Amino acid sequence: MSQRTGLLLATKKGVFVLEGDAERRDWKLSGPFCEAWPINHAVADPATGTIYAGGGNEWFGPAVWKSEDRGKSWSHSSEGLAYAEGKDPISAVWSLAAANGSLYAGVCPAGLFRSDDGGVTWSHISGLQDHPTRPEWQPGGAGLILHTILPHPADVKQMWIGMSAVGVFHTADGGASWEPRNSGTRNDYFPEDQRYPEFGQCVHSIAMAAGKPERLYQQNHCGMYVSENGGIEWQSIEAGLPSTFGFPSAAHPRDPDTLYLFPLNGDTVGRYAPDAKVAVWRTRNGGASWQDLRAGLPQEDAYLSVLRQAMATDAADPAGVYFGTTSGAVYASADEGENWHCIAEHLPLISSVETFTYDA
Amino acid sequence: MPNETAPPPTSPPTGSNATQVRVVLPGPLLRLFPGSERELVVSAGTVAELLDVLDARWPGMRDRLCDSRPAIRKHINIFVDGTSAELESPLPPGAEVFILTAMSGG
Repeated sequence: MSQRTGLLLATKKGVFVLEGDAERRDWKLSGPFCEAWPINHAVADPATGTIYAGGGNEWFGPAVWKSEDRGKSWSHSSEGLAYAEGKDPISAVWSLAAANGSLYAGVCPAGLFRSDDGGVTWSHISGLQDHPTRPEWQPGGAGLILHTILPHPADVKQMWIGMSAVGVFHTADGGASWEPRNSGTRNDYFPEDQRYPEFGQCVHSIAMAAGKPERLYQQNHCGMYVSENGGIEWQSIEAGLPSTFGFPSAAHPRDPDTLYLFPLNGDTVGRYAPDAKVAVWRTRNGGASWQDLRAGLPQEDAYLSVLRQAMATDAADPAGVYFGTTSGAVYASADEGENWHCIAEHLPLISSVETFTYDA
Repeated sequence: MPNETAPPPTSPPTGSNATQVRVVLPGPLLRLFPGSERELVVSAGTVAELLDVLDARWPGMRDRLCDSRPAIRKHINIFVDGTSAELESPLPPGAEVFILTAMSGG
């Protein structure tokens, strides 16, 4: 048996699975799964291999889907995945994270839930909704969504979350209490003298540096940032990039100084690849300088975007890098971003890309 | 997962005014609950009680049809003898209940 890399694609019309060969060159597609529901995020629990997919259907509401056989069969549940009577109902699940034997789900309107039985039942982590800033939270373009869940790899009590357009929040007590961690990140949509508030910034994604949980990278609606102290303070790393706007960020699996971004042309001018030429941008020095990676990527008339959860790295050596586009294509690099090729196309809009490993 | 549980053999009557009604479920809902039936006769006094009966047979089905306000989901329609109903709507004896998905999607 050998270990292979797989990709989970959450799309507007279900989950798709891509299974790679030993060279990560040829990929086999299966799907759509989850009854072609709109799915925002799909992850594999590294401890069990179980796949979870979260989304929401216009008719039937939010649910977390589950497959224990790499997509062959699925079940679903939303038992307990609800706010109290009278509050705005949950429309969809937007993010999932498996850590320390628990499964976490971020939802819209923004809130956090935990399952301790593999997604069968859910309980509300109410400390976040009870935060004193909650009445002032405003939705971003996709709604008031909790789109990023980043558990601390060693301390089960610590977690970071990202909400649009609220910002980054951190808990050190398992979710009972939370503090905003947005100092140094900008909101260009506030009056000039109020652009660095305590919260209200539109975080798009957060990535943790390999082996350095105190170092976080952030792609924001307004800039790219790094923090060396778990988000207490952020510094801009946008110099050298083609714009300050983009959605995803993906950290290298072993090198804490390497990060991948996908800058778009700008938030008011179309939000597609700059000059309609596709490039992934890589730093090897923690954001001090950037290199554009284009070999094998479309360099003409490519008016595509990559959404906030739609870029990922794998654990192989050299690292694989993957992204899925709003126009339904998946691009892969098996050499840390140097060379790319298209491994799937004509899929629905891709909301997220995550990697997993399996035995072949 | 809840939707994998085998249904009980009969529908338990619920509520003091429970009555026998015929229920027709929509196809997209049936696909979410393997083993569920398109048409069935159940005993229930209101639409809410009917959803309880369905949930007892196929755990999780209420959540697919009803949100936490609580209310029938925005894009689900429940007709009782041809009239659009709410959760608290009573079910007359022998009523025909159609649960339908609304025009929706993209």
